[in-house]
Amino acid sequence: MIRVEGLGFKYRHDNSWIFRNCSLEAQTGEVVAILGPNGCGKTTLLKTALGLYRPREGSVRSEGTFGYVPQNTEASLPFCVRDQVVMGRARHIKMFASPTRNDYHKSDTWLERLGLKQLADRPVTELSGGQRQLVLIARALVSDCRVMVLDEPASALDFRNRQTILKTLAHLARSHGITILFSTHMPQQAQFIADKVLVLRNADRHVFGPASRILSDKNLTTLYDIDMRSIKFEHDGSKNRVIFPFYQ
Amino acid sequence: MMGLFLWPALAAGVMGLALASLCAGRYDVPINRMIAILAHHVLPINDRWEPIEQRIVELIRLPRTVEAMLVGPQIVGVSSGSALGGATAIFLSLGNIAVVGSAFLAGMAAIVCVYLIAATRNRTSTLMLVLAGAIVGAFYASLVSLVIFFANPDDSLPAIVYWLMGSFATASFAKVEILFISVLVAGVPLLALHFRINVLALGDEEARALGVRVERTRWLALTAVSILVAACVSVSGVIGWVGLVIPHFTRMLFGPNHRLVLPGSLLIGSGHMLLIDTIARTVSALEIPLGILTAIVGAPVFGLVLRRTKARGW
Repeated sequence: MIRVEGLGFKYRHDNSWIFRNCSLEAQTGEVVAILGPNGCGKTTLLKTALGLYRPREGSVRSEGTFGYVPQNTEASLPFCVRDQVVMGRARHIKMFASPTRNDYHKSDTWLERLGLKQLADRPVTELSGGQRQLVLIARALVSDCRVMVLDEPASALDFRNRQTILKTLAHLARSHGITILFSTHMPQQAQFIADKVLVLRNADRHVFGPASRILSDKNLTTLYDIDMRSIKFEHDGSKNRVIFPFYQ
Repeated sequence: MMGLFLWPALAAGVMGLALASLCAGRYDVPINRMIAILAHHVLPINDRWEPIEQRIVELIRLPRTVEAMLVGPQIVGVSSGSALGGATAIFLSLGNIAVVGSAFLAGMAAIVCVYLIAATRNRTSTLMLVLAGAIVGAFYASLVSLVIFFANPDDSLPAIVYWLMGSFATASFAKVEILFISVLVAGVPLLALHFRINVLALGDEEARALGVRVERTRWLALTAVSILVAACVSVSGVIGWVGLVIPHFTRMLFGPNHRLVLPGSLLIGSGHMLLIDTIARTVSALEIPLGILTAIVGAPVFGLVLRRTKARGW
């Protein structure tokens, strides 16, 4: 569970707000997508919710600790996958202590669940973008987090990896009761797994609600300032909807 | 996996270099006599050796060899601070103990200056830290130049210049004690911090999100390193390049995990300094200052390491 109430942030020595009066709520095991165009403050909102930035106003409450999956950037040092994942245990390991057998066991368990076991000894720099993203998700999970915050987890990936990551997140929410908060600038990703959507239009205009209501063609057209359309169809008995920008 | 075989090989290499270093020098001591001299304290050995050989091995080469194995890293700012402390003590003709004490205290003062410049609103970015280190280093370096400028050309000037270039020529068991204490007080906690240092290597924001107190951890590690550097510079003068080249070289062998990089650097750094010191006192009639040799070896090696590590994306 996470509850964000009236959150506001602006940088020191800057009078303009990045966002303010921002509220959202997710129950245990729910997925919330934060949607908005580039530069609207999605990343700043996530980092403020995590406590990495100090909010100027408002509050964040959650059950349990946060796990953070940053935007998928190039790994700086070639730590092997197991070493990278066990770092997720940092908050449970004392200042001058090393990871215990139990910490490595937890890491191996999550590596196996996410299908990464065979990569455990490989340097992260040798992995594909999708594999690296899964490693970061595993690192967040070994921290025993109850709320996982992900910054554009699937945006830089190809279609197949994108689907793998989104399905993994949906599975973690449904089967492990982990509350997921992720940002994206692609409404289709929100449509695929989100229960609720927060739309950031500008600093103080946000809309939050169930995905089915928020992701309407009209709302999305207003948000992106471009004609957004969708097509509904049935596949294997389930209702599907594809959202796309209608370029003219 | 490769690390499993490297450890015994490295340890054996350092031991071999230490033995070679004890034998080598202008007065040649055969290895069997050198071992007998060292072993007769604990084993009933009645072998014969010259009294001068015993004095050379026990009082000159042994402390020098142990000192070479313990002296190592350098950080921007701290070594310059220690250099100023040592140079000032030599300038004022305060004696050997004062040189060591003043170099140590000035080195620690330098890291306090770095902290005062770099810490803003209780947060320090890596860039701020590096820049503050460069500022403090440059400031202290100019003060060292000032001391050299006013030094007596017949007396303190050559002593300061020679000390600044680094040497183990004045090695003694008292200095080795200083190094042992600093390794116990700072080196052991630094080794124990290896996991936290790994997490810091991910970047401040990720480390903070993983629950690490970034500032506290960074300053703990920096303080420990500063104590080690100040102790090293205070007993042997400024020996550059070691702290830059050795950890990078170790990383090439063992990968980035500090659980291996820290003890690996300790071993490889010991071997490196033993080799440099043995070369310094054997290749010519005059002893070559260590700082010159480490730079001559270090600069091209670091260039190569940089090219290789960049190619690997580190």
